[in-house]
Amino acid sequence: MFTLFLEQLLNGLQSGVMLFLMASGLTLVFGVMGLINLAHGSLYMVGAFACAAVAAWTGSFWLGLMASLMAAAIAGALVEILIIRRLYNRDHLDQVLATFALILIFSEGTRWIFGSFPLFLSVPEFLTGTVVMPGDFQYPLFRLAIIIAGFAVAAGLFLLIGKTRLGIRIRAGEADRGMIAALGVDIDRLYTIVFALGAALAGLAGAFVGTTQSVQVGMGEPVLILAFVVIVIGGIGSIKGALIGSLLVGFTDTMGRFLLPHAFATFLDPASATAIGSALASMLIYIVMALVLFLRPSGLFGTEA
Amino acid sequence: MTMNRETFINCILGLALVIVPLIALGMDEPFIITLATKVAIFAMAGVGLNLVLGYGGLVSFGHAAFFGIGGYAAGILASHALNYEPIMTWPFEIEGTTQMIIIWIVALLASAIIALAIGAITLRTSGVYFIMITLAFAQMIYYFAISWPAYGGEDGLSIYVRNGFPGLNTLDPISYFALCAVMLGLAIAFSAVLIRSRFGLALQGARQNSQRMTAVGIAPFRIRLVAFVISAMITALAGALYADLNRFVSPSMMSWHMSGEIMVFVILGGVGRLFGPLAGAGLYIILEHLLGGVWEFWQLPLGVLLLIVVLFARGGLVGVLAGERKHV
Repeated sequence: MFTLFLEQLLNGLQSGVMLFLMASGLTLVFGVMGLINLAHGSLYMVGAFACAAVAAWTGSFWLGLMASLMAAAIAGALVEILIIRRLYNRDHLDQVLATFALILIFSEGTRWIFGSFPLFLSVPEFLTGTVVMPGDFQYPLFRLAIIIAGFAVAAGLFLLIGKTRLGIRIRAGEADRGMIAALGVDIDRLYTIVFALGAALAGLAGAFVGTTQSVQVGMGEPVLILAFVVIVIGGIGSIKGALIGSLLVGFTDTMGRFLLPHAFATFLDPASATAIGSALASMLIYIVMALVLFLRPSGLFGTEA
Repeated sequence: MTMNRETFINCILGLALVIVPLIALGMDEPFIITLATKVAIFAMAGVGLNLVLGYGGLVSFGHAAFFGIGGYAAGILASHALNYEPIMTWPFEIEGTTQMIIIWIVALLASAIIALAIGAITLRTSGVYFIMITLAFAQMIYYFAISWPAYGGEDGLSIYVRNGFPGLNTLDPISYFALCAVMLGLAIAFSAVLIRSRFGLALQGARQNSQRMTAVGIAPFRIRLVAFVISAMITALAGALYADLNRFVSPSMMSWHMSGEIMVFVILGGVGRLFGPLAGAGLYIILEHLLGGVWEFWQLPLGVLLLIVVLFARGGLVGVLAGERKHV
């Protein structure tokens, strides 16, 4: 029981880290451009499909991973230049609708190209198998690797935002768009870069998660909604909030599904304990979100509602 | 009597909704009558959403939850009645029912209670937060419906015989269409009265300038909350009709895709237009039927069309045909 608990804790960490890759892009795009992008889940799907297709074609997971980054970034940049750019000055309703249309286009296009059957990605040879973790339990090596890779990417993102010239521009863009344009920063290019960066992170998450689950049309949508919950909890526009929110949602969701049925089993018969426990567990993160919003309507690290 | 262009277009839309099924009846095409029934029901769901989205300026991305609650009211009550299982036996016994009128009352009450709870939390926020949180709450209810095994869970719930309405054979397609069309007409008429009332003016005032509204002594929060509840109730009623049309209800009625579609009906037709949802739902069903007949991947051109409407044809169908929105 205790080792199972530790294992679930790691699974929660993994889902939290993957959520952060999604949520950080969403929150960056909102923070800098003021855009709500429903099609972010489609870019996650694009990454997963690119990885699966290239990995199947070349036999190399690493080329697939590169492909997922490239494909999502290119798709993101193209979409930004062709469509999203026209939406920055529109109200949120137009943004929601246009990006909803983009989801239809991406999902249906992918189904057209790849068919409706899920694709499967296999784990690279040297990351297969399990490792013995402290606490004496076996954990899949690949899952451990994506936790580490996720944290590495997160650290890289914090360095990029905090220490580089591009990061300074991004933060300046969040603070005052008009001013940095007046100071001679090419704002159009900055926006394209930020959008492509967010897309690449989503694509990478898609490739990682696609390897542990399956790659199929519509896979981005549940993750997108979780990412929304994350950035609402963390505060829209805050990368730090996205990190805390991701881990909170990842742990709450995983541990809730694991613990609640056990908790109800202490005073209910097993069948109804599982039913009530799992039904409640599926609602748990939304209850947490409601609580956070009740106490802080603009999220944990948000500045304005 | 002078008639402005929007009123004229509204008359044509209303007439088209009535005439098309009648022609289909003459040509013995029950499928087209079913499509027209679907248009009436979707339009009604849109009329509900339009109240908050168009007149209140509140972008609710979670109205599928209320649509589904209405659907489950029909499904759950009918399944108890058909299986002769009381819903509860203690402290008093409540039986299921196959009477639409009772089902509608239950749908209205259930959606009102849930909308009150969701609205009380979500309306504390605004803008993007409001969009995302309404979406998140709808997902919460969606996942609850999936993981709660008592009423079919993910598989949904069949309604073996369409529920009844006094004096009407609801199984007859044209009768059921007439019922749905009358309900849509009532919903539109109710909206028309509501938006011209003091309440409706306050709601629109809160959209245009909420600070000024507060300054004249009207609290926008309460106005919006009431509007949100009424809007949810209309959408739930449409959901109950939809479940009876398909004789089936499943969590997919509550999916966020459905929320998106209801929003598409409103926007395709024209935000804040009385007959906008009817125009939008009609156009959507026609496109689905025409494109879907030609190409399996019809949502691809639909997405492109939607993009074009958002980017270039602001104001939707009614907007394009009737010009700028007049101030009420």
